[in-house]
Amino acid sequence: MSAEVSRIAPAAAARVGGFVRRIAADPMGCLGLTLVTLLLFTGVFADLLVPYDPIKIAVPERLMDPSWAHPLGTDQLGRDVLSRVIKGSQIALGVAVSAITLSFAGGVILGLLAGYGPRWLDNVLLLLFDAVYSFPSIMLALAIITLLGPSLGTVVLVVVIGSVPVYARLIRTQTLTVKTSEFVLAERSMGAGRFRIMARHILPNVIGPLLIVASMDVPVVITIEAGLSFLGLGVRPPAPSWGRILNDGYTQIRDTPWIVIGGGIPLIVTTLGFTFLGEALRDQLDPKLRKPVG
Amino acid sequence: MSAGAVLDIRGLGVDFLTPRGRVHALRDVSLQVPRGSVVGVVGESGSGKSTLILAALRLLPANALILGGEVVLDGEDVLRMSPAALRDLRGRKATMVFQDPSTSLNPVLTIGRQMIDIQYRDRVPTARKRDRAATMLRKVGIPDPATRLDNYPHEFSGGMRQRIAIAMALLCNPDLLIADEPTTALDVTMEAQIIHLLRQLKSEFHGSILFVSHNLGLIAELCDRVVILYAGAVAEEGSVHDLFHRPRHPYTQALLECDPARLAKVSRELPTIPGDVPDLLAAPVGCAFAPRCPKVFERCRREAPRLVADGDGHGAACHLVPAIASSRVGPRPSTGSGRGPPVEPVET
Repeated sequence: MSAEVSRIAPAAAARVGGFVRRIAADPMGCLGLTLVTLLLFTGVFADLLVPYDPIKIAVPERLMDPSWAHPLGTDQLGRDVLSRVIKGSQIALGVAVSAITLSFAGGVILGLLAGYGPRWLDNVLLLLFDAVYSFPSIMLALAIITLLGPSLGTVVLVVVIGSVPVYARLIRTQTLTVKTSEFVLAERSMGAGRFRIMARHILPNVIGPLLIVASMDVPVVITIEAGLSFLGLGVRPPAPSWGRILNDGYTQIRDTPWIVIGGGIPLIVTTLGFTFLGEALRDQLDPKLRKPVG
Repeated sequence: MSAGAVLDIRGLGVDFLTPRGRVHALRDVSLQVPRGSVVGVVGESGSGKSTLILAALRLLPANALILGGEVVLDGEDVLRMSPAALRDLRGRKATMVFQDPSTSLNPVLTIGRQMIDIQYRDRVPTARKRDRAATMLRKVGIPDPATRLDNYPHEFSGGMRQRIAIAMALLCNPDLLIADEPTTALDVTMEAQIIHLLRQLKSEFHGSILFVSHNLGLIAELCDRVVILYAGAVAEEGSVHDLFHRPRHPYTQALLECDPARLAKVSRELPTIPGDVPDLLAAPVGCAFAPRCPKVFERCRREAPRLVADGDGHGAACHLVPAIASSRVGPRPSTGSGRGPPVEPVET
């Protein structure tokens, strides 16, 4: 098995390269890719990019308007808002990436099992998905947070529990369509086993839509994290989540609008970036829609 | 004959469990594919052709119930095999080519990846497998095969896709190729090419082919033996020559009369067999063809005829058969007896 993986890896790398190039050729995709890359860069190198310590309190410099020293001003405790936004992107991305990755993996595995596995397993899994799905998501989130206490891990867990059923259902439905297609029968007639058919033939056929949904879910997860943090149920202070920054700005809105603006703009930019990227992904993942690069 | 048969199906019965009840799709069907020969299976829609060939590799859907009989592929009973042994046998001993080449290849993988992947049994380097795939593509007449391996199925025409499907099926070097109406979705030119290819492959690979079609012209052109299925049972079987020149079963006679290629004069109204294929929810009492048969008599409705074969292996399941066989009456005096089977492939 490992030998098989290693012989496929170089080809896969070349494919990914061509893929990125094709996305960049589409103007919207290019914009999305740029914004997302920028966000990723900011998130990864946040600790090097921040001009000030994002949690250092300097009360004399509180609620300052934007200036060269503090491009986005300071909050009610004199902390530099730009530094907090940059550090906040790291938290936002961390939550989004880990939550989406876990949901994606869980959704793919459970969805394939439900779609291609035995009937009884499908029924059990569907019952489970429906049970989770039937909870109002806010209530579920609040219940989990109440049980486990507010923390980044809890936010990730809330998102995973909420999205796995959705992703798995998507994969399951797609699998059900694909598994009756003639090429699966043809593969079976040539002696391909269950696992080979699932991994090699069904998975590439069903993963496209989920990739798009997942990439469009990234800003949703960031918003959930911001929302929970805004309510004080997410990241514990003084860690600078975008939601916390918005909350700080909200309480100080009579004195200065700059904190809300500083916390809000990155949310908007992130949402736009991932949405554009998701749409470009959708166009590229379908080989029939794929345009050749000039 | 059975000793030399690649595929030997005996007394196979298959039911489908449906919400409406049990559909008796196959009833006591026997069929042999002798090594190195091409056997055609003909039947209307719903006659059990697809069920028969799916059962040959035990690829039937989950709601199918095998009532009895045996399917012996190269000396091994497919119906009494462990799933692992079955998987091992599929592809190596027999593979299938399907009707619609636009769905029988995985649309999101390049054909090269699919062709390499299906050689997973052989522990040889990928480059070798790729070469082998390219060689096979050249054999089925795909120009510039090494480059075309990196194309996706939708970048090929329908006829080419069907050749690729055939190439893929042949990669495992099977003893038996099962072709399920491989030309139905293609236009006539492509159809002729595929038939030509299958013939060529037959002589080159010395393999056997089980060819399913409802196109009598194709069967006449390609096959050595023919089995006529009606309502899930064998109506008549025999060599192509016997069957087309001396059809014994009234159903075969009617089928041949309905073939537009054999009509004596041009007509706007194509002949049809009156009536419908019987509903197989209830196993027919008596002969299944009786309600549509022009020569029906009282015994047909009461007693199901058994397949009676003569020394040449030409058999028909009809109560009239012994009489016909002995009196040697030409079946279709109206169209003249000198005409051979049709050679042009024509959509029926």
